[in-house]
Amino acid sequence: MRKALIPVLTVVAALVVIWYGAAVALNSAWAYNKAGRANIELTFSDLVKDTLSQEKPRLPAPHQVGIEIWKTTVQKKITSKRSLVYHGWITLSSTLLGFAIGTSMGILLAVGIVHNRAMDMSVMPWAIASQTIPILAIAPMIIVVLNSIGIQGLLPKAIISAYLSFFPVVVGMVKGLRSPDRMELDLLKTYNATRSETFWKLRLPSSMPYLFASLKIGIAASLVGAIVGELPTGAVQGLGARLLAGSYYGQTIQIWSALLSAAVLAALLVAIINLLQQVTLKRMGMA
Amino acid sequence: MTAQSVISASNLSLTFETADGPVHALKDINLEINKGEFVSFIGPSGCGKTTFLRVAADLEHPTAGQITVNGMSPEEARKRRAYGYVFQAAGLYPWRTIGKNIRLPLEIMGVSKSEQAERVKRVLKLVDLQDFEKKFPWQLSGGMQQRASIARALAFDADILLMDEPFGALDEIVRDHLNEQLLDLWKETQKTICFVTHSIPEAVYLSTKIVVMSPRPGRVSDVIDSTLPRERPLDIRESPEFIAIAHRVREGLRAEHSYD
Amino acid sequence: MTLVFLALLLWATAWFVNVKLADSAQAQRRSIRLLVPTIFGLTIILVWELTVRGLGVPLVILPPPSLVVQTASENLPILWKDFVQTFLKGALRGYVIGCASAILVAILVERYSFLQRGLLPVASFMAALPIIGTAPILVMWFGFDWHSKAAVVVVMVFFPMLINAVAGLRESSLIQQDLMRTYAANAWQTFFKLKLPVAMPFIFNGLKISTTLALIGAIVAEFFGSPIVGMGFRISTSVGQLALDMVWAEIVVAALAGSLFYGVMALLEKGVTFWHPSQRG
Repeated sequence: MRKALIPVLTVVAALVVIWYGAAVALNSAWAYNKAGRANIELTFSDLVKDTLSQEKPRLPAPHQVGIEIWKTTVQKKITSKRSLVYHGWITLSSTLLGFAIGTSMGILLAVGIVHNRAMDMSVMPWAIASQTIPILAIAPMIIVVLNSIGIQGLLPKAIISAYLSFFPVVVGMVKGLRSPDRMELDLLKTYNATRSETFWKLRLPSSMPYLFASLKIGIAASLVGAIVGELPTGAVQGLGARLLAGSYYGQTIQIWSALLSAAVLAALLVAIINLLQQVTLKRMGMA
Repeated sequence: MTAQSVISASNLSLTFETADGPVHALKDINLEINKGEFVSFIGPSGCGKTTFLRVAADLEHPTAGQITVNGMSPEEARKRRAYGYVFQAAGLYPWRTIGKNIRLPLEIMGVSKSEQAERVKRVLKLVDLQDFEKKFPWQLSGGMQQRASIARALAFDADILLMDEPFGALDEIVRDHLNEQLLDLWKETQKTICFVTHSIPEAVYLSTKIVVMSPRPGRVSDVIDSTLPRERPLDIRESPEFIAIAHRVREGLRAEHSYD
Repeated sequence: MTLVFLALLLWATAWFVNVKLADSAQAQRRSIRLLVPTIFGLTIILVWELTVRGLGVPLVILPPPSLVVQTASENLPILWKDFVQTFLKGALRGYVIGCASAILVAILVERYSFLQRGLLPVASFMAALPIIGTAPILVMWFGFDWHSKAAVVVVMVFFPMLINAVAGLRESSLIQQDLMRTYAANAWQTFFKLKLPVAMPFIFNGLKISTTLALIGAIVAEFFGSPIVGMGFRISTSVGQLALDMVWAEIVVAALAGSLFYGVMALLEKGVTFWHPSQRG
């Protein structure tokens, strides 16, 4: 871990420097324009100061985004409609609900596929094939259709999130439940174990690494699903809605702060699952 | 006929720094290997036999002492392709046919295409794999893959062959067969062979000289010049001479508490 | 109501047939393994058709498959133009640029271990983020046309492709690298003769994953702004008009495009990595 720290910090520092440089470069056109109209000559330090503090920059500087996030999280009441915490919570709640539904159904289907040959042969090829289909494209339709039959708010977005986490979990769990090898299965046969005992004592524990790998993919997909689900119907709540509103009104700083918050949220969620993974696998001696 | 030294080591040492402290893989090794000899290195794990081979091959660097190969440093010898190395695993590329696998060193060394074809045919005949030139490695058994690996090491006519437990992963019946074939090969090509093994009968059967090593620190505990004749059918392994030499090897290993 | 009853009967019969096929002695044969999921898929479509018509479900909620097919066939020119805009111009170009640059960066990263230790954790981090959120920013920078969609695709496929390519380039075993040393091979020879072929299964894994990401990126990016053509554009406007049959027609096109794209990559993979255990069955 320590070996990686310095290189990672170097790369991150380099990225931040590149970001500042790009901000100056991309915002300079506007700065020169403004100066030209007011007939002022811009020195380099003037240029830098201007490009890093514009109101609607083409590329906001890191500190501008940081300040905006600070203003809309810490300095706003959580119940305010402008608070990023509020919007983040909206997105998070549908993510978590969808993730829970998708994961539990995925695990159930995986158990069915592993134990029933007809299900395996009919459903599994479709589960694998569905990963090549851009499911996310139908998100707007699902929202609108469910809205028209009265299901609004949290549930439609959760359904999209559920769908996106469903298939990775199915494919991963099936692989995991099938991971014990011939020798291990034969041993249980010599103990005359039932299918249920084999499942609980062998298949389920063996599938843990695969499960956690799928959960990490699943939660990232659920978050994306919730965000995209907020795009249609001119939604006004959630991080996706903030992204959309920012892009409609040219509020680039708002777009970037919403995007960064979504990124932080994704990182946190994956980190939590990673922590769970380390703790669980360590206790099982599989870490 | 004076013996011509091919590999010469004096006070050779190699110490690895590990998290648990220094490991003396080799300590003060003094050894002469002459042209045309078949030298086996035998000892338990950690005695340094593989490490010695790797130092000679310039795959590891000694921390003290000297070693020369063909009168030059191991690095020079490696750059001049003075030896062929055979690893424990055949390491054939699954995306190349056997024939193309053998061409691998020849391509790297810039040998012409027609010369390549001729050499491939020649070495495949030496290891009795002529019919398998167009097959892929996964279509061959473990023993055949190792024979292909030996053929590859012979393809560029190096005088020295360094072999690191090449038959370790094979069953005894295949091993016997390959041992015989290796001796025939040695007689025909007159190379100098250094052979690392775990098996006492294998070491005694194949070699003109046996180097017994022991671990912690890795050192030479005995060098036995074999009195067996050059012509060796497999049943020589039941002769009293053979048993005496094997006994001496076993004693050498036991004396240095190699079994602890 | 009879239609619904028919649907249930059909479902039960098809399931029974599938169970019999799956438990039969010939279950492992290739023909049976293709037949069972096909029966399953066809059954779903037929049940969908019968239940929607039987229960009189309004067209603005769920149109029956027959209507979708009809709408598709009546609107082929529009569907084609959308396909060209989103897939050929946006997704494909972004895919090529993104994957090629990821492989080139991977080659650099593998060469210098400092870059490996610094860049890989950052790349894995970026691969888990909702990259699709960069779509509005890229639309602002590159405009409404396919350029911004290609840009979104580049960002989406870059990180997963990079991670896979680096993993592949590191995969050659120590024995094989030692062998190259004994031949006194230089870095280029080792790269082309050993590292690149060994990396191929991983590179193709990344290429396959990226086909899906490319299509999703291009379509969803169009939700943020697009000229009046494109699959994402057509979906969001048709949803607004409640013309759900058109939406489903576009989805069918997207599904076909996605599976064909993936299938082409899988076929290429079979040719290039024929030697890998996963391809030998």
